[in-house]
Amino acid sequence: MLQEFEFVGVLSAITLTIPIVTLLIAWALRPKKPNPAKQTTYESGMETIGDAWVQFKAQYYIYAIIYVVFDVEAIFLFPFAVALRQLPLYALVWAVVFIVLLVDGLLYGWRKGALRWN
Amino acid sequence: MDWLVDWIASLQIPYLTEPEARFLSHLIFASIIAVAAPGMLIILTWLERKIIGRIQNRIGPNRAGPFGLFQAIADMIKMFTKEDITPANADRVVYNIAPGLAVISSILVFAVIPFVPGFIGADLSVGILYVVAVGGFGTLAILMAGWSSNNKYALLGAFRVVAMLLTYEIPMVMALIIVTMVAGSMSMAQIVEAQSSMWYIFTMPLVFLIFFLAGVAETGRSPFDLIEAESEIIAGFHTEYSGIKFGMFMIGEYVHMLALAFLSAVLFLGGWQIPFIDITQFPGLVSAILGFLSISLKTFLFVFIMMWFRGTLPRFRIDHLQNIGWKFLVPLSLVLLVAVAFVVRLFAPGSSSAVPVVPGALSALGAPGEAVALLAANLLVLAGTVSFVSRMARRSKNRQLRAVAAVEPVPAK
Repeated sequence: MLQEFEFVGVLSAITLTIPIVTLLIAWALRPKKPNPAKQTTYESGMETIGDAWVQFKAQYYIYAIIYVVFDVEAIFLFPFAVALRQLPLYALVWAVVFIVLLVDGLLYGWRKGALRWN
Repeated sequence: MDWLVDWIASLQIPYLTEPEARFLSHLIFASIIAVAAPGMLIILTWLERKIIGRIQNRIGPNRAGPFGLFQAIADMIKMFTKEDITPANADRVVYNIAPGLAVISSILVFAVIPFVPGFIGADLSVGILYVVAVGGFGTLAILMAGWSSNNKYALLGAFRVVAMLLTYEIPMVMALIIVTMVAGSMSMAQIVEAQSSMWYIFTMPLVFLIFFLAGVAETGRSPFDLIEAESEIIAGFHTEYSGIKFGMFMIGEYVHMLALAFLSAVLFLGGWQIPFIDITQFPGLVSAILGFLSISLKTFLFVFIMMWFRGTLPRFRIDHLQNIGWKFLVPLSLVLLVAVAFVVRLFAPGSSSAVPVVPGALSALGAPGEAVALLAANLLVLAGTVSFVSRMARRSKNRQLRAVAAVEPVPAK
């Protein structure tokens, strides 16, 4: 098993060098003539007003909460999925109860209008 | 990759121990993957421009080299020699890391893809989890790029990416769980083996559709390319990027697309298998070539479908996208998950090992019965969905008509 992860480690190390080498080649080849006009923020030729780093209304704040719930659920379902053929029917019924509870949460959010994009 | 280890051992290099030989084989195979995957960009961009050209009744690039094949190389040279501009207001560190991360995340997926028996980088027992985990990095890279540019358009693009990730990750993971249940393993090589009798695209067409749609959404390609919608937010997250850093985002996008096509081929089209022919019966090299041809053909079929999407479909609006994801794909994938779980359990063969397992009620019917039952479950869910959605659509249309009638009096004839 560890041998397999050795490959992942080796591949990560090699892929890490690829962007570095690419950037180095480009750095050697490209012209470097910075000036203040070039380095302004691009906004269709208008002068930009203020930072983009402002408090922003993330419309999907509630989506994000539901997403976290489902993603954690998925982690619990993966071991269940692998072992499904060896599990008794009883375990399957409880897995379904687990899923139904989460669907219930989704439906509740839906009725509450959490899934409305505005 | 035992064959590679054996080959290195046959060279009889003095003082080379077995772990070192394995490390060397990993190094060679990893280098091939890490160079070949971005190298495919040259073929993919050429192919995309040619295909979209034909769809739009044009010829596409045909000046540089035979059939315009060198066009991509010319583009590459141009990107390398363009000036790189970093906006004065940007967060320099994050701004420079982001394109690299986009490339790395898309290449890393190839570590677990079984190209041919024996040609798999790492046959992880948690291969599917690895794919999901590494796929998320690409989104992180885009978020970093959009945020660090300090540009309002880039920021809007980045926010849209997060919204899409939130929505489409869930159906994709559910589809992967279903595949895991049917194959009984998370290892990619074993999933391919499990499809030796029947490919999953035939037994579970609906699951495949969910996976492919969610996958295309995650690559951020048309019709889900509102993260870089030119008409609204200029170029989205890479508005400020120029030169090779823009090129690296291109590499990330195309390699991600290739990885998705490979994943679809492996998970649903039986990977390297050829129908009615068992390629493992041939001697080593022949079976490897046949298997590689087979998986390449399937992969390019999916690549072609994605380019076809781009040539024909208009872009989704973001609220439509959220609705399709949350109100359609998520409930549908959950219902499918439960249906498939029951089918798999009913057809599970028992065993009398250390922990005795009770066989499912229909286990006498065996694998063909299970395949038919899976297909029936998929079609039943599909029929139920279609009738439910059409009833809902009719009801909402009637409600709208009534609302309009209440406001505007019908003109007298």
